[in-house]
Amino acid sequence: MATAVRTDTGERENYLNAGHGPKSWLLTVDHKRIALLYLISITFFFFIGGFFALLIRLELLTPAGDLVQSDTYNKLFTMHGQVMVFFFLVPAVPAVLGNFLIPLMIGAKDLAFPRINLLSWYLFIIGGLLMIFTILSGGVDTGWTFYTPLSTEFLKTNVVSAAIGIFFAGFSSILTGLNFIVTIHRMRAPGMTWNRLPLFVWAHYATSIIQVLGTPVVAIALVLVVLERLFHLGIFNPLLGGDPLLFQHLFWFYSHPAVYIMILPGMGIISEIVCCFSRKRIFGYKAMALALLGIAVIGFLVWAHHMFVAGISVYAALVFSLLSYLVAVPSAIKVFNWTATIYKGSVTYQTPMLYAFGFVGLFTIGGLTGLFLASLGVDVHVHDTYFIIAHFHYIMVGGMVMAYLGGMHFWWPKISGRMYPEGWGKLAALIVFIGFNLTFFPQFILGYMGMPRRYHSYPPEFQILNVLSTAGATVLAVGYLLPMVYFMWSMRYGKPAPPNPWNAAGLEWQTPSPPPTFNFDEEPVVTWEAYNYDEMGEIPEKPENVEVPVAH
Amino acid sequence: MHTSQAAVDEHAHENPALLHHFATEEQQKNAASLGMWVFLAQEVMFFGGMFCAYLVYRYKYFADFGSASQQLDIRLGAINTVVLICSSLTVVLAVRAAQIGKRMALVFWLVATIFLGLVFLGIKADEYAEKFEKHHVPGASFSYHELLPSQEKLPEAERQYADPHHAEMYFSLYFAMTGMHALHMIIGVGLFGFLAYKAWRGKYTPDYYTPIENAGLYWHFVDIVWIYLFPLLYLIDRHR
Amino acid sequence: MFGHLPLWPENASTNAGNVDALYIFLLLVSGIMTVLIFAVLTAFAVRFRKQKGQRAVQIEGSHHLEITWSIIPFCVMLMFFVWGAVIFFQERTPPQDATEVYTVAKQWMWKFEHKGGQREINELHVPVGRDVKMIMTSQDVIHSFFVPAFRLKQDVVPGRYTTLWFRATKAGTYHLFCSQYCGTQHSGMVGWVTVMEPRDYEAWMSGGAANQPLAVTGEKLFTELGCVTCHRSDTQGRGPNLVGVFGKPVLLEDGRTVIADENYVRESILEPAAKIVKGFKPVMPTFQGQVSDEQLNALVEYVKSLGGPQSGRPVNANGVAAATPQP
Repeated sequence: MATAVRTDTGERENYLNAGHGPKSWLLTVDHKRIALLYLISITFFFFIGGFFALLIRLELLTPAGDLVQSDTYNKLFTMHGQVMVFFFLVPAVPAVLGNFLIPLMIGAKDLAFPRINLLSWYLFIIGGLLMIFTILSGGVDTGWTFYTPLSTEFLKTNVVSAAIGIFFAGFSSILTGLNFIVTIHRMRAPGMTWNRLPLFVWAHYATSIIQVLGTPVVAIALVLVVLERLFHLGIFNPLLGGDPLLFQHLFWFYSHPAVYIMILPGMGIISEIVCCFSRKRIFGYKAMALALLGIAVIGFLVWAHHMFVAGISVYAALVFSLLSYLVAVPSAIKVFNWTATIYKGSVTYQTPMLYAFGFVGLFTIGGLTGLFLASLGVDVHVHDTYFIIAHFHYIMVGGMVMAYLGGMHFWWPKISGRMYPEGWGKLAALIVFIGFNLTFFPQFILGYMGMPRRYHSYPPEFQILNVLSTAGATVLAVGYLLPMVYFMWSMRYGKPAPPNPWNAAGLEWQTPSPPPTFNFDEEPVVTWEAYNYDEMGEIPEKPENVEVPVAH
Repeated sequence: MHTSQAAVDEHAHENPALLHHFATEEQQKNAASLGMWVFLAQEVMFFGGMFCAYLVYRYKYFADFGSASQQLDIRLGAINTVVLICSSLTVVLAVRAAQIGKRMALVFWLVATIFLGLVFLGIKADEYAEKFEKHHVPGASFSYHELLPSQEKLPEAERQYADPHHAEMYFSLYFAMTGMHALHMIIGVGLFGFLAYKAWRGKYTPDYYTPIENAGLYWHFVDIVWIYLFPLLYLIDRHR
Repeated sequence: MFGHLPLWPENASTNAGNVDALYIFLLLVSGIMTVLIFAVLTAFAVRFRKQKGQRAVQIEGSHHLEITWSIIPFCVMLMFFVWGAVIFFQERTPPQDATEVYTVAKQWMWKFEHKGGQREINELHVPVGRDVKMIMTSQDVIHSFFVPAFRLKQDVVPGRYTTLWFRATKAGTYHLFCSQYCGTQHSGMVGWVTVMEPRDYEAWMSGGAANQPLAVTGEKLFTELGCVTCHRSDTQGRGPNLVGVFGKPVLLEDGRTVIADENYVRESILEPAAKIVKGFKPVMPTFQGQVSDEQLNALVEYVKSLGGPQSGRPVNANGVAAATPQP
C-alpha cells in the first residue's frame, strides 16, 4: 500500500478522524460516515421497539389484561411492529452495512450519489421524528397493517402522523435502493465483473430492486389512508361504495416483498461469513446469485397469501398458494448451499460464525413453517394466531437480526478499527440463541392451539406457554444488550484491528481498518475470482496480532 | 465498470463538473442517467397504485363514473394535453441547444418549458376552482345531483341519476391522481427554474449537460402520466 | 393451568381431523428436514474443524445437486399444496342443505340469528352431526370468526356477506374468538360455540320466548318498506318477480350472468343500480342507511324462502327446512 496520509496529530488519516465536529458528520457525504449515522439511528429505534416488546411480554404473563389498558396494549403491539419493521429491519443491513461496504467491496470511492445518500438519512430521520411524535402524542393503534376501515373511520389516534412517518422512511429506503442499483451497475472497479461480485453485493442488488419497485405502492396506500382520514373520502369505506380489501391488496403488494427486503441482505452476510470461516469458496456461486434474484422476483407474486381468509375467491387463493411454494425453493437452495460450503472446509467458530450457524438453523425452521402457511388447509386455522407471529419472528429475529449481529461482529474491526472481545461475543451469541428459541418456539404451539394474535387477555389454558415465552424474552434482552455494551467498550479499549484480521477475501479487507475517506489510495484492478480462499492462508489464531504491513 | 486508471488522472483535472468519486465523465453521465431511469421506475409504481384503485372502481361503478367524468371540461383537458406535449418538445429543444452549446437558446427553451408548465397548472387550478364551486370536491361539502350518461334522451320522469357516493369516489380519485400529478409538475417547474438559472450562468456545455437530459427525462415522464390520465379521466365512456 | 395437556386444540368438527392430518404430515416432514440440517451442520462443523496441516478443499458446485435439491423439495411442496387445496375446497363448498345462521359482527360482540328467529349474543348453539352454514357480515370494521376446535376461520367484512360452514362432531363448548384486530376490545370479542345433541338442540330451539322466524320478519319488512309494490308475485310489476329467483342464475342488462346468492340480494337492496336484470329499468331506489344489517338478513332470508334450489320444502316453526324434499 502507498504511504498513508496523516492528520495533524500524526495519526493515520481514516474516515473517523478526517474532520471533527457536528457539521463534519451531519453534512458528510462519505458513505462510511453515513453508515454510522444510520447505525446510531436504527439502534435507537431497535431499543424503542424492543422496549415495547418487553411490555407486551410482561402483560402476557397473566391471562387477564392487568398490566396496561386495552387501548395501551393495542398501541404497544402496533408501534412495536411499525418501529421494528420500518425503522429497524428494513434499513438495518442495507443502510448500515450495505452503505459502508458496497463501495469497498466493488473497489469504488463512494456510492454513485453520495448526496442522495445523505438525503436518504435525513428522510429517515424526519420519518423517525414523526414516529416519535406519534408515540409521545398518545400513540397509534391500527396494528402495523393499518387495515381499513378500522384505521380510516374508527380510530381517534394519530394515524396520520404514523402513516406520514412511514412514508418518509419508505422514501428513504427507495433512494437507498436506487443508489445501490446505480452503484453496482456503474461503479465497479476494472476487473470486477458481475461474476466476481461478492454475494453480499448481489444480495443488496436484489434487495434494491424490491425497494425501488415495491415501496412506492405502500407509499400510495398510506397516502390514500391519510387522504381518507383527512377529507372523509370513501375509497376504503363500504358505506360509501369503497372496498376494504383494496387496501389490503395495495398494502401487501409491498409488505410481502418487504420481508424479502429484510432477509436478503442477511443472506448476503451469511454467505460472506460462512466462506471466510470455512476458508472456502461458496458452493454454487451462480445458483446462489440466481436464488437471490429469484426470491426477489417471485416475492412480488405472492402477496395475497396474507389474505386467504380475507374474502378473496377460492381460485385466487389457489394461485397464491402455489406461487408461495415456488418462492420457497430458492430459499431452500441457499440453506443447502451454505451447508455444502462447510463440507471439506477448515472451520473455526468465532462469533460471526456462531451467528451464521444460528441463522441457518433458525431460518430453516422459520422457512419450513412458511410451508405450513402456504398450505391453504392449515393457514385457515393458524392465520392471525401466534403461529404466524412465531413464523415471522423466526425469520426476522432468528434469521435477520442474527445475520445483522453476525455481520456487525465480522466487519466491526473494519468499521471501528478495533477488535471486539471474542469471549463476550461468543457468550452473547449463545444467550441470544437460547433466549430466542425460548421466546418463540412456544408460540408455534400457542398458535395451533388457537390463541389469536393481538390479544391483550387470553383464556387461562394458554398461560404456561406465555410464561415460557416471556422468560425467553428477558434472556433475549440480555443477549442484545451485551453487544451494545462491549461494542462501545471496544471503541476505547478494544485491541487495534489490522486491515484483515480474519484473512478474509474481498476488497474491503484490502484497506486499512478503519479505511481512509476515499477508500483506496489507488483504484484496485481485480484479477481474481470472488472467495479466492484457495489462494489465501488460514485464519489467524489471534486476529489482533496479524502483522500490519502499512506504515504506522 | 469502466476501463483504466490513466483516464482518471487525465480527466480529473480537465472538467470541474467531474465529481470526485467518479473516474471518468462518461461514468458519471451513465450513472446519472441510470439513476433517473430507476427513479422513474419507482414513480411508475407510485402512480400505478392509484391507477389500480381507479380502474377497480371504474369497472365497478361504470355508469356513475361516466356521469362524473362528464363533469370535467374536455376542452380544457385537451388544451392541457397539447400544452404538455408542446412542453416536451421545448424540453427536447433545450437538450439539443445544450448539445450544440447554444447557451441563450438553452435558457430560452428551458424558460419556455416552465411557461408551458405554468399554463398547465393554471388551467388545472381553474378546473379545480370550478369543481369547488359546484361542490364536487369530496368531503363535507360534497353534493352531486347529476344524470347518468345518455339519460337526456329519456323522458323526464324516467331519467336516472348517478349515485352520489360513487361520484364522490370518482372525484376522490380524480383529485388524488391529478393532484399528485400536479405536485410532480410543480417540482418539475421548480427544477427547471433552477436549471435555467444555472444555464444562464454558463454551467452547461456540450461536454456536460447531463442534468438537462435527466430533468428532461423526468419531464417526459410527467407528461406521459398525463397522457394516461387524460383518456382515463376525461374520455372513456362519456356517452353510452 | 394443567386441565389437559395444553399442546393441542380439541377436535370437534369433521374438518378438524383433516386439517390435523395435514398438519402432522407437515410437522413430520419439517421435523425430519430440521433434524437433518441440524445434524449435517453439526457433523460438518465438527468433522471439518480447522486442523493443523489440513487445508480446505475448494468445491465449485454441482449442477446435479442444485437441480436435485430444487426438484425434490418442490415435489414435496406440491404435495402440501394439493392436500391443503383439497381441504380448502371442501371448507369453501358448503353443502346444499346446511342449516343457516346469520351473523352480524360489531365492535365488540357477535350477534347470531337463527332462521327460526332465535337470537344469541356471543353464544352460538348448534346441533351435533348437522351441517351448519354461517352467513356473516360486519356492522363496522373487519372482524374474523374463529373456532379453533373446528380449525376454521373466516374474515367478516363490512358491506358484504362471507360464509363459513362446518359439521360439529362432538358435543361440548368451544372457544369462539375474533381473530382480526378490530379495536379496543378485540381480545374481549370472544364467545362460546355450544354443540348439542339433537334432542337437546330441539329443546333449546323451542324453549325461551316465542320467536318469529327470520323469513317472516323479512316478509313483514318487505311489505313495510314497499318492496312488494314493485316486486309482485301475482303479476309483472316494475321489478322482477322474486319467487324462485334465489340460487338461480340471473341474466343482467349488460349481458353478464350472475348467481342470485346472498350477496346478490344484499347488493340489490343497497346498490340496486349495480346489476340490472335484463328487461328492467334501473328505477329501484337504494335502501342504504335505511335498513340495519339484521333487517337485511331478514330480507335475504325472506327472498330465499320464496323459492330456489332449497325451496319446495316445508319449513318448521324453527325456520329449518326439512331434510328431504316433499312431492
